[in-house]
Amino acid sequence: MRDRAWAVRAGIWVLALIPAGLIVVDFLRGRLGANPIEEVMHRLGWWALAILLISMAVTPLRRITGWNRLIRYRRLIGLFAFAYATAHFLVYIVLDQWFAWGYIVEDIAKRPFILAGFSAWLLLVPLALTSTTASIRRLGKRWSVLHRLVYAAAALGTLHFFWRVKADTREPVVFVMVLALLLVLRIPAVSRKLSDRRRRRTENRNGGHRNARRSGDRVPAPGS
Amino acid sequence: MVWIRRIQEPRDNEITPHGTWLNRRHFIGRSAKAAVASALVPGLLSACDTEQGSAATRSSGLQEAPGGPSQDRDWASVRSELDEPLNPWEDVTTYNNFYEFGVGKDDPARNAHSLRPRPWSVSIEGEVGKPGVYDLEDFLTPHVVEDRVYRLRCVEAWSMVIPWRGVPLGDVIRRVEPTSKARFVEMTTLLDEEQMPGQRRRVLDWPYVEALRLDEALHPLALLATGVYGRDLPNQNGAPLRLVVPWKYGFKSVKSIVRIRLLESMPPTTWAVSAPREYGFYANVNPNVDHPRWTQSQERRLGEFRRRPTLMFNGYEDEVGSLYSGMDLRQNF
Repeated sequence: MRDRAWAVRAGIWVLALIPAGLIVVDFLRGRLGANPIEEVMHRLGWWALAILLISMAVTPLRRITGWNRLIRYRRLIGLFAFAYATAHFLVYIVLDQWFAWGYIVEDIAKRPFILAGFSAWLLLVPLALTSTTASIRRLGKRWSVLHRLVYAAAALGTLHFFWRVKADTREPVVFVMVLALLLVLRIPAVSRKLSDRRRRRTENRNGGHRNARRSGDRVPAPGS
Repeated sequence: MVWIRRIQEPRDNEITPHGTWLNRRHFIGRSAKAAVASALVPGLLSACDTEQGSAATRSSGLQEAPGGPSQDRDWASVRSELDEPLNPWEDVTTYNNFYEFGVGKDDPARNAHSLRPRPWSVSIEGEVGKPGVYDLEDFLTPHVVEDRVYRLRCVEAWSMVIPWRGVPLGDVIRRVEPTSKARFVEMTTLLDEEQMPGQRRRVLDWPYVEALRLDEALHPLALLATGVYGRDLPNQNGAPLRLVVPWKYGFKSVKSIVRIRLLESMPPTTWAVSAPREYGFYANVNPNVDHPRWTQSQERRLGEFRRRPTLMFNGYEDEVGSLYSGMDLRQNF
């Protein structure tokens, strides 16, 4: 079991580093197009949002499938989302603006889409800082409450993407729909229904014995 | 990809009889005229024999498939009137906003092979003495083709320096004799889902329409481009005929034009209809009036790392500023 968890973690590392690796490869091969800074920034932001939504899909997926062990990997996925978001933000500050703080402050203050993106990143900072096991222990129930900020961060990040595009809203609309679905799955009535249905199925399969539940969740699940 | 197709399929002008494509007479003797013009028009490359030569090759149908800049000029040494180097051919032909072929910057370069730029006709309509549907080649025959180096400033805050080839829009308009009622010039892109697959999705209200005030259109800087880097326009750059208005944001410079209409009143234009708060009719490059979503006071010249300040009217203020004297440019953005 322990080995399998290790393998899954390694798999997540590899998968999560692929988009970053492709950026490096495309950079070395001169394949980032005529405006490489914009391209890199766009890709990092896209993946930050995508990975964040994937991390938010862990809990509903767990309810639907009953694979409670999935929870072990949520922190890692969430931290990768934060890493991409931070890289995205740093590319904006360093490569795009070259530390032109005046412009950066003006951008954040005056442009709603930049404000939304910046706020999303800012909300992720305390989540990343309190992602350690020690923090989880120390904060107890408050940890779950604090980490509900992820909903606000995801919503603001999606809004940031939506407001950024000029005319073709197809991609941001997909992100909005995924986010909406994830939120619907978290409505207590819906999520209870999902767990119940799964439980009934397992009970039928096991002839009424409720031995499908697996322990070993070291990271406490947040409130639904 | 685009060019491979062209090599395999001879273009129509390659099989039409000599002389119908561009009348060589108009290239001979243009040097004097161009010399005068170059004193007035920034960015006009001085006329030289090589252009006559290239026109001659073109009329004999021997022009090689355009996979890069023409060989007849040392493009690396060409500068704009502000001493800026050109953006390379790759930038100009792979980083395009041409939503008719997809909304990604590299989509047009990948998808525009479906456009058939020849034969091509342009319909002249509205308040003109000589309306009609003209074959593009006949339409351009009487005009002097010039190479001009212009800055292109996109509303998205990036810019390039591009050596266009084309004819002054004003000359074309005067030739079709605007009536006394004509006050605006509207230009429309081809509407054809088969040739322009991006039109299957209603990202914008197709066909793409742009317009200028008549005095703007008659300004000597306004160019109807037929080529770039000494070559025919690649499809992704708006083949075979596009507008270039260097003092306005790039979206004004409508591509693959099939209709030019002179009008009494200001027509609705595509981006202004799509997002009226963000894109105005005038769309003059103006560092003092921000786009609601980003600053317009600076820009990234493709190929440069640091952003550079954006110039009023994209650096053409001396030439075009008087067109807008007395106008509130914040209101008329």
